[in-house]
Amino acid sequence: MIKKLWQYLGQYRRLVVASPFLVAIDVTCELSMPLLMGRIVDTAIPKMDLNLILQIGTLMIGLALVAMFFGSMNHRVAAVASQGFGANLRQALFDKVQTFSFSNIDTFSTASLVTRLTNDVTQLQNTLLMSMRLLTRAPLMLICALIFAIVINARLSIILFIAIPLLVAGIALVVTRAQRLFREVQVRIDAVNGTIEENLIGIRVVKAFVRENHEKRKFKKSNDDLSGTAVRAGHLVVTIMPIMTFVLNATTVAAIWFGGRMVGLHTMGTGELIGFISYIMQILMSVLNISMILMMSTRAQASAERIIEVLDTVPDISDATPALAAGGASADSGPVVDEGSVEFQHVDFKYTASGKGENVLSDISLSIRPGEFVAIVGGTGAGKSTLVNLIPRLYDVTAGQVLVSGVDVRDYKLATLRSGIGVVLQNNVLFSGTIRDNLRWGNSSATDKEIEEAARNAQAHDFIMAFPDGYDTDLGQGGVNVSGGQKQRLCIARALLKKPRILIMDDSTSAVDTATEAQIRASFRNNLKGTTIIIIAQRISSVQETDKIVVLDDGRVVGIGSHEELLATNPVYQAICASQMEGVIVNG
Amino acid sequence: MANERQVIPSRGGPRMGFQRPKNLGATTRRLLAYLGRSRYALIAVAVMLLLSTGAGLAGSYFLKPLVNNYIVPGDFAGLGRMLLLLAGIYLTGVIAAYFQGRIMVSIAQRTANVMRKDLFDKMQDMPLCFFDTHTHGELMSRFTNDLDNVEMALEQSVVQLVSSVLVFVGTLVMMYVLSPILFLVTAALLTGMIMLSVSISKKSTVFFRSQQRALGEVNGYIEEIVGGLKVVKVFGHEQVASSEFAGLNDEYRSSATSATFLSGVIMAVMGNLGRICYATAAIMGGYLAIHGRLDTGSLVAFLQYSYLVAQPINQATNQLSVVLSALVSAERVFEVMDAQPEVDDGTVTLVNVTYEVDNSEEGTPVEAPEDVVTNEWAWKVSQEDGNTALIPLRGDVRFDHVTFSYDGVTPVLKDISLYAKPGQTIAFVGSTGAGKTTITNLINRFYDVQQGIITYDGIDVRSIHKKDLRRSLGMVLQDTHLFTGTVMDNIRYGRLRATDEECVLAARRASADSFIRRLPQGYDTVITGDGANLSQGQRQLLAIARAYVADPPVMILDEATSSIDTRTERLIERGMDALMEGRTVFVIAHRLSTVRNAKAIIVLEHGEIIERGNHDTLLAQRGRYYQLYTGQSALE
Repeated sequence: MIKKLWQYLGQYRRLVVASPFLVAIDVTCELSMPLLMGRIVDTAIPKMDLNLILQIGTLMIGLALVAMFFGSMNHRVAAVASQGFGANLRQALFDKVQTFSFSNIDTFSTASLVTRLTNDVTQLQNTLLMSMRLLTRAPLMLICALIFAIVINARLSIILFIAIPLLVAGIALVVTRAQRLFREVQVRIDAVNGTIEENLIGIRVVKAFVRENHEKRKFKKSNDDLSGTAVRAGHLVVTIMPIMTFVLNATTVAAIWFGGRMVGLHTMGTGELIGFISYIMQILMSVLNISMILMMSTRAQASAERIIEVLDTVPDISDATPALAAGGASADSGPVVDEGSVEFQHVDFKYTASGKGENVLSDISLSIRPGEFVAIVGGTGAGKSTLVNLIPRLYDVTAGQVLVSGVDVRDYKLATLRSGIGVVLQNNVLFSGTIRDNLRWGNSSATDKEIEEAARNAQAHDFIMAFPDGYDTDLGQGGVNVSGGQKQRLCIARALLKKPRILIMDDSTSAVDTATEAQIRASFRNNLKGTTIIIIAQRISSVQETDKIVVLDDGRVVGIGSHEELLATNPVYQAICASQMEGVIVNG
Repeated sequence: MANERQVIPSRGGPRMGFQRPKNLGATTRRLLAYLGRSRYALIAVAVMLLLSTGAGLAGSYFLKPLVNNYIVPGDFAGLGRMLLLLAGIYLTGVIAAYFQGRIMVSIAQRTANVMRKDLFDKMQDMPLCFFDTHTHGELMSRFTNDLDNVEMALEQSVVQLVSSVLVFVGTLVMMYVLSPILFLVTAALLTGMIMLSVSISKKSTVFFRSQQRALGEVNGYIEEIVGGLKVVKVFGHEQVASSEFAGLNDEYRSSATSATFLSGVIMAVMGNLGRICYATAAIMGGYLAIHGRLDTGSLVAFLQYSYLVAQPINQATNQLSVVLSALVSAERVFEVMDAQPEVDDGTVTLVNVTYEVDNSEEGTPVEAPEDVVTNEWAWKVSQEDGNTALIPLRGDVRFDHVTFSYDGVTPVLKDISLYAKPGQTIAFVGSTGAGKTTITNLINRFYDVQQGIITYDGIDVRSIHKKDLRRSLGMVLQDTHLFTGTVMDNIRYGRLRATDEECVLAARRASADSFIRRLPQGYDTVITGDGANLSQGQRQLLAIARAYVADPPVMILDEATSSIDTRTERLIERGMDALMEGRTVFVIAHRLSTVRNAKAIIVLEHGEIIERGNHDTLLAQRGRYYQLYTGQSALE
């Protein structure tokens, strides 16, 4: 895992390698202080040698300054490396995610991808920072302090070799037990948050049924459960510091007892004893720090795993298969979408790549001529969205093939194929920025005239002009400043700006009222004569005047024809019409 | 999150750019009021804290007599006695520290528990418009981040902050006692160094601000692009997104590097400040010792103190930032707690009644004793003469020139008047945003009208106690929300005292029984995550059963959307029809069968009633209703 992440350090690798050396200098300087102080007390003072005191003292101050310099250097190095590493990782993840296919996106879910790109990266970045500041420091401190302690007095150091294992054992005991309790706490936290969340979502139901007090009682129970467990966990954790202090104090007392005798017998100086006591603290603090860092690193490990999972994902749709070396075309050119015909040949599709699960589409054969206006109807789960998503190769067929402009979609460069096809997705989004910025997604070099024309065709121009800032109206993140129907019309305009050969609209007018929808259809018929239009719609009224209606049921084509033909002969279509005649009269 | 708390203090150096609460004093006082519930425990903590801090400070001071009186003269028996005493002091300190930590955990958890409960209770009392103006995420983070911050600060930082200050002051006092001259030198040095690091940290605020801003931009961009990734792909926008992101990412990297570096430098300066003090004390002390003005014991004890004097400063700065950010969090929590709760000045209540036979046709209603449940209800109205009147609950609802706006600017309903007689079905049709749902939200007073009046059995709804008003109304909403619990619990939500048999009967009436029985555990199947394990149609059927069990005289139905398949639609239709029988029903209608049978159909457009009548008359008018029904636009 570390090996994998190491490569994202890139140009900062040298810094990470240099850091321990800087830390080593810092630590050595810091630790020589008690030793030098011991010299002052034991040598210079008894000799009444003021010069020696000054020499040693100046050396100490000098060492402190050196330590400050190298310490600051290390902080610089750590800052540059950790932030650089974070930025590299974030960019790599972002770029990777951009290559994801629809099915990759479905597997991860948006929320989880965002968490990985934000929290998880920050977690790793902080771990690197902390490691460069402390992780190398604590063991170096431990080792150096031990060496200094042994140099001062090897016999006295034996107590350290008793104290250290004691402390480690104590911490380990608490930490393992605490971790178990913390998992329990997490379960309770989830329960509390779950209750809050469902109350936020269902607040209307709570109020409509006057269940406020009922919910308060339910919450009190899960809240008390949480507090109870958290107190138990907390009580365990607060033992760590007293354990540490206890071991430290006991060791100090022992050192004074044994060391004091040595001083009395003149086998050790007073200053040395005081220096030794200082080292005890450094050593034991280091042990504590190391164990805490190790404990924290388990969290970083989880983040690293989540990040690597994304980085290791192979996008299942890519340009990698220019199978038909068509007529010696160069790598750049390849086929283009020069006319809007679409053909499905015995297409099967299932969402799981492994081939398990049921077919969402089975044996679909269908041919659409350039410029045709085609509607696809069918019940929920009939496979309508799936069918149209295969045309711009948002998913790959499981069997059979899809031809656009006479060429298998897998033989196009993805960018070429998709630039020729305009898609208005069912769950569409707008981005922050002005209306103009958003429409330009369809064509970044569109002129104002072209933008207006597209907006007019989507019946969006009038409401856009009703905003005080017109096309420069800021949409806010996710397009929060427009209504559902307006948003759908903007999405249509955006797709129209691509001037696509094929325009696919997946239930894209559900929030637009019937009259406006009819106007959109009318302007399409008048102004987009050469464009193949494929729409999915719920309302029979939306589809009855199209050139061709494709009826899907349970992943199969069960009828193709005009409204009248189908109404006369096709039982599934008849059922849909019947349910709407006595069914949906108003949509949404 | 509890598992994210740090166990060791003062990792990572001071955080710059402290967040500051807007009203430090008031927020602190309020938080203290919460802590006041644990005042004796707090006193115990204070005593323990003094004991443990004192023990720590005494330990170093002990070096003086130990060295001067026992070690140097070689009095080992005396040394043993003194060490036993020292061990005793240390042990007291350790025990005190343990109990102080333990009690503080309990206090913190108790406080967090009470605050969480108060916040949740408050949330339940808020009017719906509050939830319109606050996102779920925003409110959730009050419960999670903010309360966690407060809890963590109480559990560790507050005590550590106090203890650091105590240790610092104590150390200075001990230093002064040991050697006033050395103390003065050290104090001067300390002051200089502290001023230096304060000035660095002041400068670094700029960097921290720009880091925060850049981070916000990076995260916002990630959220937006990853959220709209499918659109990015459809428009082949990947390259553009990557390069735009690279710019933001790099900006963040460079400002974050500066900020992180500066916080590190402050750590380095503060750390070495102690060492320089130590070295200076060693030189000065040595000088004084040579001139016989300082004994060895005092010198070593002093040096021990100066070795540690910088630590509490570091710790205090760290903890101060934690405490301040906790106060900011507490302030945010209090803001929600201070929000105006749902106003309810209604005095009319709903009571159970029995009818006494007398000369009149229906009999006279008489309030039933409190524990008696009858199926007859009446409004209890107190009159001016002090008597109360009982008005039978019948389900007669009128709108009289009602105008309403959510934001006080754009009217959503304009001058609506309508009349539903008991047992009638009124259907609302119209396109999205026409104001259909708003009308139903006014009947149950999710919102209050701004002009005009709505009466219920002749009583202004604003004078009816809200809870009683809502108890008399059943609701089936378009997006069905279920709660964690069994299917049975969810049906019983309609009437908490309903028996199992009544719930099953309701389910059967709502055509929900057959699918429930097919669930793995039948009625005991646990529903989680708002019913994620059920289909939308099944959730709708449960909602109908839930309304059924409540059995109110007036129903508000927001019909299922068109995205439900035909088979489920038929099932729901049957459930709905059963539910509507014999009640006053307001229905936001999508299905023709509902509309056709409605006594009155009201066609809304832009908040105004543009047509009204029954199915046949409206069709004959060839107006908006005809358009909506046939899907034919007048423009064609």
